[in-house]
Amino acid sequence: MIATLAQAGFPEAMSGLTLYHYLFISAVMFVLGLIGFVTRRNLIVMFLCTEMMFQASGIALVAFSRFYLEYTGQVFVIFVLTVAAAEAAMALALVVLLFRRNESLDGSVWSLLKG
Amino acid sequence: MMISPLLAAADTAGVGVAPAWVLAIPFLPMLAVVLTTLCAISKNKTKLPAWITVGCLAGSFVVTMLAFMTLSGETNTVTAWRWFDLSWGDGVGQQMVANLGFYIDNLSLLWMMFVTGLATLIAIYASEYMEHDVGKGYTRFFFAFALFVFSMLCLVMGDNLLLLYLGWEGVGLCSYLLIGYFYKKPEAVAAAKKAFIVNRIGDLGLAIGVMLTFVHFGTLEYAELFNSAQLQGYIAAVQEGRAGDVPLMAQLIAVFLMIGAFGKSAQFPLYVWLPDAMEGPTPVSALIHAATMVTAGLYLIARMLPVFLVSEWALPVVAWVGTITALLAATIGMAQFDIKRIMAYSTVSQLGYMFAGLAFLTSTGGVFHVVTHAFFKALLFLCCGAVMHGFAGQLDLRKLSGLWHMKGWRIVSVGMLIGCLNLAGVPFTAGYFSKDMILAEAFVTPGYGYSLLGWVLLLTAGMTAYYTFRVFFRVFTGPVQFEAGDEHHGSDDHGQDGHAHEDHAQGHFHPHAPGIRINAVLATLSVLAVLAAGLYFVSPDKHGWVGDMLEESTAHNVYTADHSAAAMFVIDGDTHGAHGHDDHGHADDHAAHGAHGGSILGMDPHKVMYYVSAVFGLTGILIAAWAHGPKGLVSGFIGGRVEAGKCRMDGVAAKLGPIPRWAENKWYVDEFYHFILVRPLRVCSHIFHMIDKLLVDGLVNLFGYLPRLLGRGAQPGQSGVLHGYALSMAGGVGVILFIVVMVTL
Repeated sequence: MIATLAQAGFPEAMSGLTLYHYLFISAVMFVLGLIGFVTRRNLIVMFLCTEMMFQASGIALVAFSRFYLEYTGQVFVIFVLTVAAAEAAMALALVVLLFRRNESLDGSVWSLLKG
Repeated sequence: MMISPLLAAADTAGVGVAPAWVLAIPFLPMLAVVLTTLCAISKNKTKLPAWITVGCLAGSFVVTMLAFMTLSGETNTVTAWRWFDLSWGDGVGQQMVANLGFYIDNLSLLWMMFVTGLATLIAIYASEYMEHDVGKGYTRFFFAFALFVFSMLCLVMGDNLLLLYLGWEGVGLCSYLLIGYFYKKPEAVAAAKKAFIVNRIGDLGLAIGVMLTFVHFGTLEYAELFNSAQLQGYIAAVQEGRAGDVPLMAQLIAVFLMIGAFGKSAQFPLYVWLPDAMEGPTPVSALIHAATMVTAGLYLIARMLPVFLVSEWALPVVAWVGTITALLAATIGMAQFDIKRIMAYSTVSQLGYMFAGLAFLTSTGGVFHVVTHAFFKALLFLCCGAVMHGFAGQLDLRKLSGLWHMKGWRIVSVGMLIGCLNLAGVPFTAGYFSKDMILAEAFVTPGYGYSLLGWVLLLTAGMTAYYTFRVFFRVFTGPVQFEAGDEHHGSDDHGQDGHAHEDHAQGHFHPHAPGIRINAVLATLSVLAVLAAGLYFVSPDKHGWVGDMLEESTAHNVYTADHSAAAMFVIDGDTHGAHGHDDHGHADDHAAHGAHGGSILGMDPHKVMYYVSAVFGLTGILIAAWAHGPKGLVSGFIGGRVEAGKCRMDGVAAKLGPIPRWAENKWYVDEFYHFILVRPLRVCSHIFHMIDKLLVDGLVNLFGYLPRLLGRGAQPGQSGVLHGYALSMAGGVGVILFIVVMVTL
């Protein structure tokens, strides 16, 4: 079913690239971000990793949007980007505050929720 | 077959309707209850509650006298309002009626008169006696006092057993409240609890008796009960010597009612609460624990006498228990040193007499003794109270002497003397006549060892005379010596006293003689106690005024005329039964006795008892005079006591070995009860407590611990490390995805 839709919808110029390529890139980016988030201790790097996961989902959205010729997805990505920008400002401010508290960017220093 | 006077009276006279003003008798005390409550709410700090109570009680007494003058001799009922009126069918016994109604006959009138009269006098006495408590417990005292009178009047006036039960519990509650009046004193609190708990046993018996009455006779109302064909049939059967025809259930009613009576009237084995009840203020001891409440049991038996007569076993048991109580309490009383306690044991002992009297089928003797005892025992208690009040709580007869010679104590001394003469049964006092009537009947009435009981009661009469005059000779005669009690102002104190006697150190203690109100009450009671003897002479052919009164009520025993009913208690009913069927009038009582088998030393008991009992009484007094009397005229020159603390009895007691000490320790009955009842109960309660704690609480706590345990188990997962959360979240999402993929593919 996907194949038929692809044949019907995709422009000729992109004929070499199918939806799967985009989704694959998206998945790789997401997993890379996830791995980075889990393994790294630096708060800024962890934050960057979350941004990467964000963008991975954005790619998937745009790809689907193009695939189905439905532009809602792309509009949605614009919103996501806006939110991500605001969030980045917030997050960096938080990171600065956290750094001031502990003179460290190590995320594992913060374990106040330990039961 | 003879028609009993009871049956005839019920058929001809019937039960009339009393005028509504009779309702004022119980409701005036209730008004006092309401008004004293208002005093308490408005935080009144004056003597107003006392005067309210005195006023209402006096009003009640006046109305009672009016009722006596207009209604005596008839049986009337008056209903205040409907209380219980249930029916669950049209048949017999399918409805229960118990109204707030009152039954006025001669028996209840007797009780009403001395209850309201004595309550009024004692309230006046208490208004002075409780003075030191004005603004503190004064209102509470008079509240409970008025409530007691209301309950007591419900008890004696109620026209059904349920209202009697209400009054019965009401007087028990007031007794509890007033014994525990000094609630800061641990002994008072313990005594109040003891009284209440011991009374529960009796009250259970009464409750069962009332229920059985309803189950068996289908009614709780006296008017219906006494006229019921069923009960009349039983009475007729017993008269004809067919006691076996009365069903067991009907016989059991009397037995259970009897248990109730034993509890309230402090009979063996339930008497232990009464001596301890002396922890209450003395006016309470006088009114509740000597004159009125403790006679409720006697009222119950007298009121339900027709029911008791159809029971083969109830009355003989009453006779034996009464006699045992009389003797036991007298022996304990002889060895006590606390004068109030001596009077308490004497009350128990005299109540035993009254029970024996009722059981010897002389309701006249029993009730006459109730009336005379009410007056002279109240007088004795109030005199003891005056002493206690004046000597800072001193009640030890070894530490008081010669009050007669002290200024201001003459009225108390004379009152005490009159009371003692009555209690000792000195000839021509009221107590003498009433006691004789019981004693003589013991020898006349055939029954299980009744003549033995008669001798025991005679011996007890001697002992009574001894311990009574022991108090009198020790405390009121002899050299003037006294020690103050250990409490600043009577034992009726809450400990912090702002009264004038604060300053007395042991050296210069000034006893304060009773004031005008106490003296006036003592004088009035003394006069009444003396005049009570005259009641005997009002109609001697019917054994005195009380006999005349009772003849018109159901308490009048249909067998009194010939005593033949007692034949049912005798194995060979034939010998006595023969007298049963010739219908003697009441007037020829004595002739009937003469013809009858009963005798004392071969003579007619009614004729010789006056001399025999006088001999026993006077002997007791002489022993007391020798042992405790002072040198000189007052003890007939045989006494030899020269100081308060020493007497000839000390030497005698020393020779008796440990017996006086045992008697002083009340024959260790309390300890025995403690060992046989309290201890096992306590062990049981501990066991149940453990079960409750381990099993019931354990189960509940288990459910409380379960979530906590779960949390403890899940706690390690909460590491606080950010990466751990991220990883587990990613893992969780992964697992869900995996499941979704596996399911959808």
